[in-house]
Amino acid sequence: MNILVIDWLIFAEKLVLIAVIIFSSLGVALYTTFAERKVAAILQDRPGPNRAGPFGLLQPLADGVKLFTKEEIIPNAANKFLFILGPGLAMTAALMTCAVVPWGNKLELFGRTIALQIADINIGILYVFAVVSMGVYGIMIGGWASNNKFSLMAALRGASQAISYELAMGMSLISLLFLTGSLSLKTIVEQQINNSHFWNIIYQPVGFIIFFICALAECNRTPFDLPEAENELNFGYHQEYSSMKLGFYLFSEYINMFISSAIMATMFFGGYDMPFVDESKFDPNIAAIIGIVALMVKVVIFIFVFMWIRWTIPRFRYDQLMDLGWKKLLPLALANMLITAFFILLQSNPIKF
Amino acid sequence: MQSLTSRAKAVERSPMTFLEQLYLWNILKGMFITFLHIFKKQPTIRYPEQKREFSRVFRGLHVLNRDSEGRENCTACGLCAVACPAEAITMEAAERLDSEKHLYREEKYAAKYEINMLRCIFCGLCEEACPKDAIYLSETFTPADFARKNFIYNKSDLLIPHRINQAEELSAAKGL
Repeated sequence: MNILVIDWLIFAEKLVLIAVIIFSSLGVALYTTFAERKVAAILQDRPGPNRAGPFGLLQPLADGVKLFTKEEIIPNAANKFLFILGPGLAMTAALMTCAVVPWGNKLELFGRTIALQIADINIGILYVFAVVSMGVYGIMIGGWASNNKFSLMAALRGASQAISYELAMGMSLISLLFLTGSLSLKTIVEQQINNSHFWNIIYQPVGFIIFFICALAECNRTPFDLPEAENELNFGYHQEYSSMKLGFYLFSEYINMFISSAIMATMFFGGYDMPFVDESKFDPNIAAIIGIVALMVKVVIFIFVFMWIRWTIPRFRYDQLMDLGWKKLLPLALANMLITAFFILLQSNPIKF
Repeated sequence: MQSLTSRAKAVERSPMTFLEQLYLWNILKGMFITFLHIFKKQPTIRYPEQKREFSRVFRGLHVLNRDSEGRENCTACGLCAVACPAEAITMEAAERLDSEKHLYREEKYAAKYEINMLRCIFCGLCEEACPKDAIYLSETFTPADFARKNFIYNKSDLLIPHRINQAEELSAAKGL
């Protein structure tokens, strides 16, 4: 009779985990906007925002309040349903990715073991790819529904850019998957924690570079921020947006940055693995907290690198962007894949002379 | 062709080396440069807390001066208004009564004296033109207001506080 018994505690536990992760990624995105402005300022020898609160720490709240209280404008000629759907989709896609990232090892609370991952699905990476490519719909729909030439141009650019770079991204990951033999992010992290195994960056440096470049393109960050090229397209696909709908677009960009940093850290830099420390010696709760902190440090470093690149390099020209994606990164990823495959075969079938 | 200056450099058109073709290397070089900027000293002056030092001839807002007995120097001759290239100054003259000798230095004085601060270009020609040392440009420099009409400064805005009767306001104006 009890076929459909649901463990309500697991249900509650996951619900809490989802809430915590979503709100913390929103909070991180909030403060990434602040960090972006600070990093930009510091790299340009300026002090940056420092008026709101100590060191300007309340600036993102002030920005949020500003965005919420702004007048909401929907253009007459816009398709209202799609116009509202666009930012919603962008935000949803950005937030959905965090479901498969293992944020830490297990916590032991109230006699229960709580895995710090919303869902450990065995096709984790495929899921990430599926959801990330959904994010393009946010840009595409937003640009289309605005009924505006610039927005449409930007949406076209965004869509074609995302599609082109997703190929190279997938290819660069395939060679990594050859090594790990698993698509589950949790398994990949556990392999890297294993002492006899280094982080994947040691085995796949080229793959990482390709993945990183493609991640920049997927997040629409400089030097690939063509969909929102201010000087050519008047801010691109979110030109007609105002108030919190604009805020959603900007936010989803920063959440994307956060999540892609987390995924890069997970796949190439050992996830929640603290280097040179054997976590199994500690109490599991302490080990889990150390793991979360280690992952966060890695993520923050990645986000800093994203910003550092943004304030260093100018934007690509559109043909250069396509050139790089199709003629350089894709062949490079293919070659990387073949070489990796060759060595793996060599390892499993040693040639006897 | 001979170049016009000694600093002219010929444009280099040699083909890119392998490292340059990779592009990544040059990006890393650029990123190294921006990274060094983190440690550079910021030239910013954090304005409301910290103020720039002005030279002694800085030209800020005007003041109408008084003499050592606290009498207004201005005799409403109109030379400042004539000298003003922005035509920001207007005045009306009045004759001093015998009972007002302690207020005004000369027989004629400015009953109304207005400077339109939205027109003023702070060139200091009024100061140069004044034969009575009545108008000076001070070091105050950021007038701000919500209405344009409030930028037409009249005598009560411009006149320097009296040395004895308004000693407190004078020291406040001096920033003491």
